[in-house]
Amino acid sequence: MIDWKKYLIVLLITICLFLTAGYVSNYFAGKKIGQLKSIQDNIAINILSSETQFSLLQESSCKNVSASVLSSELDELGRKLEWSQKNSLGSTDEVAYLKKYYSLLQIKDYLLMKKISVSCKVKSAFILYFYTTAENCSECKRESLVLSTLREKYPELRVYSFDYSTDLSAVKALLQIYKIKDTELPALVLDDELLTGFHSIEELELSVKESFKLQEVKPE
Amino acid sequence: MALIFDVIFYILIFLSVFVQVFFLVTFLENRKKIIIRNGKITLKHYPAVTITVPCWNEEKTVYKTVRSLLALNYPKDKLKIILVDDGSTDGTNNAISKFTGYSNIQIFHKENGGKYTALNLGLEKMETDFFGCLDADSFADPESLVRIMSYFEKDPSIMAVAPSVTVCNFKTTIQNAQKAEYHMGVYFKKMLGFLGAINVTPGPLTIFRKKVFDDLGPYRHGHNTEDMEIAYRMQKNHYKIEHCNDAFVYTNTPSSIKKLYKQRLRWIYGFINNTLDYRSVLFRKKYGNFSVFTLPVGVISIFSVSFFFSRIIYNASDFIGSKILAFDTLGWSSMFQMPRLDLFFFNVRSFSFIIILIYFLVIFAMLFGRKMAEGKWAFSLSMFYFFPVFAFCSPFWLAKAVYNTILKRRPNWR
Repeated sequence: MIDWKKYLIVLLITICLFLTAGYVSNYFAGKKIGQLKSIQDNIAINILSSETQFSLLQESSCKNVSASVLSSELDELGRKLEWSQKNSLGSTDEVAYLKKYYSLLQIKDYLLMKKISVSCKVKSAFILYFYTTAENCSECKRESLVLSTLREKYPELRVYSFDYSTDLSAVKALLQIYKIKDTELPALVLDDELLTGFHSIEELELSVKESFKLQEVKPE
Repeated sequence: MALIFDVIFYILIFLSVFVQVFFLVTFLENRKKIIIRNGKITLKHYPAVTITVPCWNEEKTVYKTVRSLLALNYPKDKLKIILVDDGSTDGTNNAISKFTGYSNIQIFHKENGGKYTALNLGLEKMETDFFGCLDADSFADPESLVRIMSYFEKDPSIMAVAPSVTVCNFKTTIQNAQKAEYHMGVYFKKMLGFLGAINVTPGPLTIFRKKVFDDLGPYRHGHNTEDMEIAYRMQKNHYKIEHCNDAFVYTNTPSSIKKLYKQRLRWIYGFINNTLDYRSVLFRKKYGNFSVFTLPVGVISIFSVSFFFSRIIYNASDFIGSKILAFDTLGWSSMFQMPRLDLFFFNVRSFSFIIILIYFLVIFAMLFGRKMAEGKWAFSLSMFYFFPVFAFCSPFWLAKAVYNTILKRRPNWR
């Protein structure tokens, strides 16, 4: 009375549909990871090239060197990586690896830009921002919002964000230098000064403007 | 914890796809057997049929309902109509008293006792071999009865034939959403008919052989869904129920969310409780597809709807939470930031594709249901109303029906 064969066929069709969906999903996830890698490679080349150019020319050609990597490019990559991690795109290892690479690029960019700003007297400000994704940190989310708004308002401001739990010696060195503890997140480093906990946009804006002013005074 | 939710989510999605594919395969198997007759048909014999119209406060529609019966393309001397006023307190009495002079109409008044008692009075007074009911808020198409009777003529083993119920008025959004749902219902009912697994013989114009009631007894309360209970009882006793897709009955649907909620609460409560009453037939192969497909699908859909809805609520509150956080941090300026459109942020996890597939299969069900009901392949606006209305309302009546079942609280009829 019951056509079991039909149930079996429908089961097989359903399994095939699931496998196809899984395959399509993997295909697109792979494409996205590929996209992330190519953005990252592009940024790496740019940083390396600026670094090399800077070493070759020293201070003679500041014009060509400055800001070879746009702050927004790094920012976009950061956002995409965060999203990928949250939505478990690809394998966890893959995204973790990309994140490590990203942190390293940020540190390199930070060091280079700092050097350039001193040598070429470019108006700039730097914020190192430490947050965590390991626990639900609403202060971190708020601070991130504040920083992205600030970054849009001041193109000369470069914000570098680091996940506290990144397993990379360079990031750990930064944490050591600024004595950042995981209990005090979010943490910001602005002009070598450590600020812990949430800081509002008005507060940070003042500090950033202060930092710009100091630079204007410096040349004298 | 998140892993457990993901596993449940994928299991429910898998089952939903299985069900939809099962219907589609049934359709492909039987598509040649679906005949839609347009013109008038004739029968070799016209057996006498009794149709009972139970009325409880139906003054607005009952006159038209009886008129639609009188207009049926069926010999007048073979059609007996019994009007039962089940203790109405409005003008129903006046409305039905207009039919006192008709030789084939009998009118009875009784104290209010519920729809099943009105139907049982009809059964007592019946002298024919076929019995049917027409709800006093529904109207029969002139060709409906003769088409239904042709099924009985063709196959003596058929014990009941259900018509295609569609919507007759669709002024409000809620009614439009139901129109699409009823179209889908026509499709699913036809497929369940092929599977021998129909679980409701709807109040609007299902016709039974007298033998059904002689053998199985009269209507029961059936948790206010007597038309479901009798179908369960018939399935348990291996009585064949068919669906006549081209016999149309038009029904008045609830016009507001509140009325719809009450109606659906009664239906779902009826489903849960009749299924509990007949749990002994679940997963027994001797009861056929009814036991291994229809009932489990109903149970699964209750779980899926509740689970998917809580997921939507969770995601929505997550989104609203982040908006509140942004507002709290940055003030009004955060509200006007347009998210940048970037295909990168389109979710490509496998369930996204599966859900798109489910939508396609459901839309197909509506389209083909409409083809059967209105004779045309066409999209309609009501299909777009269906998803939001039912996605946001059905979890509430489901939850309430489960809650009432646990506390043994019976929902009212209206």
